[in-house]
Amino acid sequence: MYKFSKKLKTFSIALMVIGAIGITWGFINAPSTVEQAKGIIAAQSNSHGSTHEQATTHEVKPHGDEHATANEHHDAAHDEHVFHQLQNRPWSALYVAMFYFMLLALGSLAFYAIQHAAQAGWSIVLLRVMEGIASYLPIGAVIIFVFLVLSTTHMNHMFAWMNPDLLADPESADYDKVLAGKSLFLNIPFFLIRAVIYIGGWIFYRQYSRKQTLALDTAADGDLTHYKKLFGASIKFLAFFLVTESAMSWDWLMSLDHHWYSTLYGWYIFSGMIVTAITTIALVSIYLKSRGYLEFVNDSHLHDLAKFMFGFSIFWTYLWFSQFMLIWYANIPEEVTYFAQRFNELKVPFLAMVVMNFVFPILILMNSDYKRIPWFIVMAGSIILVGHYIDIYILITPSTVGAQWKFISPEVIGSALFFLGLFIFVIFTALSKAPLKVKGNPFMKESEHFHY
Amino acid sequence: MSSKVIQAMYNDDDVLMSAVKETRAAHHHIEEVYTPFPVHGLDKAMGLAPTRLAITAFIYGLLGLSFAIWMMNFMMIEDWPQNIGGKPNVTYFKNMPAFVPIMFELTVFFAAHLMVITFYMRSKIWPFKEAENPDPRTTDDMFLMEVSVDGNEQELTSFLKGTGAVEIKITEKH
Repeated sequence: MYKFSKKLKTFSIALMVIGAIGITWGFINAPSTVEQAKGIIAAQSNSHGSTHEQATTHEVKPHGDEHATANEHHDAAHDEHVFHQLQNRPWSALYVAMFYFMLLALGSLAFYAIQHAAQAGWSIVLLRVMEGIASYLPIGAVIIFVFLVLSTTHMNHMFAWMNPDLLADPESADYDKVLAGKSLFLNIPFFLIRAVIYIGGWIFYRQYSRKQTLALDTAADGDLTHYKKLFGASIKFLAFFLVTESAMSWDWLMSLDHHWYSTLYGWYIFSGMIVTAITTIALVSIYLKSRGYLEFVNDSHLHDLAKFMFGFSIFWTYLWFSQFMLIWYANIPEEVTYFAQRFNELKVPFLAMVVMNFVFPILILMNSDYKRIPWFIVMAGSIILVGHYIDIYILITPSTVGAQWKFISPEVIGSALFFLGLFIFVIFTALSKAPLKVKGNPFMKESEHFHY
Repeated sequence: MSSKVIQAMYNDDDVLMSAVKETRAAHHHIEEVYTPFPVHGLDKAMGLAPTRLAITAFIYGLLGLSFAIWMMNFMMIEDWPQNIGGKPNVTYFKNMPAFVPIMFELTVFFAAHLMVITFYMRSKIWPFKEAENPDPRTTDDMFLMEVSVDGNEQELTSFLKGTGAVEIKITEKH
């Protein structure tokens, strides 16, 4: 039985406190009027010239033709736009962090369901770790739901399509014809209903499977009713998950750019989710092992997790590149803007992320022997986790904050620390609630003696 | 030079594995083991040096990658630049994303094929080569362990019988 150590508990609470300070700083410093926003931009361009240049190019590019004729109107509209982007900054930073940690839990739950559905033998000693990480899902998903509800009530300007002006008057210049075509799917009530369905379904499976494994622990020898129930529920969950995960990625991420779409977006989000989730499983297992728990997890189990980290890192790169190359090659204006903006405005994180998520894992984890060495896995895993955090950042930030992004700032780092603290607190509390070794699974012997 | 060997036949890979471990523990020298399929962990049990095939695969992969980079540069930039879909074709870097699938394919192609060829050469297998396995049944359902004899035939025979061998034969090996 694992006991949540005092030190780790204090550490996680400290992270939450520091994070909360950063988040508060972000909200206090966000402008509340257009005038304040202008002041911030002016201060920024005075302090460093490069930001100014970026801001100017940004101003000219999208409205090049109108610029001369509608100068006055355009300037005001631009100021309004920048004002909204600056206001979005703390919201966007929060959204990145809550989304990332929710994906860790959701990915773990999916991986867990795969183990049950495939009746895998090797991973049974790790099931409780996966359950522990998935225990963050109810909290994380509900936080996201609250955030989405706040967005629909126009507390922020994260989802541009929620602005009612865009569909109000077909004669107006603001009228968005493309959005009108999508509005049968992309409207606020249906958006929230879908969110309830996704979150409800995931949480239901997570609670149900937890109940069944705990029941399996105390079941009589050879009693497989709970095991069979888990098997059936996992298959149904995976079918549900594959659809809802795709739809979730359209709703919660892709709709931030409501004109742009990519048909492999759901897979792309899934690949990032599963690689970070497996990395977290490996890191938590290594941590618990170093504290003297999980003595039944041997280096062959770690080896298998590292193989998944390696494989899914390449899978992620494959999807990332497939999406990028098709859009780059076709060069259709409405598609290519997505990458043009990211490549022009966030060049360093954009390229650094590919190096961190592809080059490092492939080089560090290629050698078979290195996949069994805990500190190698920790090193590769840390790079993967940070790399995918930047990935989520790049998915969200350019759409909501545009050129006003700032990665090294209190609200971005504060949000990450806050949710990291919350994540650690929740998952280790859950881990301490049940024995770290499941009982009653018919493949337990195989898992204990798993040897590669 | 010829030496005497005992050939012990087994009909199960698990029995073979434990027999190999026992034989090694008893300090008898295993010359060779013939199996109809790869037995996992047998190389470690026999105490063979770890394979270096993986390193060659990595080197072949790098070779393929370099070849792809050179080839696409020669074809599409130097020798015969083509305008495909209005893509810039003046510099290698600007066309690079289009070449990535080729780099990937040639990396895999070189690594896979050259590794198989290396494996064949290292195992001394080539077309029309006469089979080396002492008993044709080792390509079907039997496992054969060859242990060198050093004047202790009786003792070895009974020892191998004890490890679960279903058939034992003593032959001269050339």
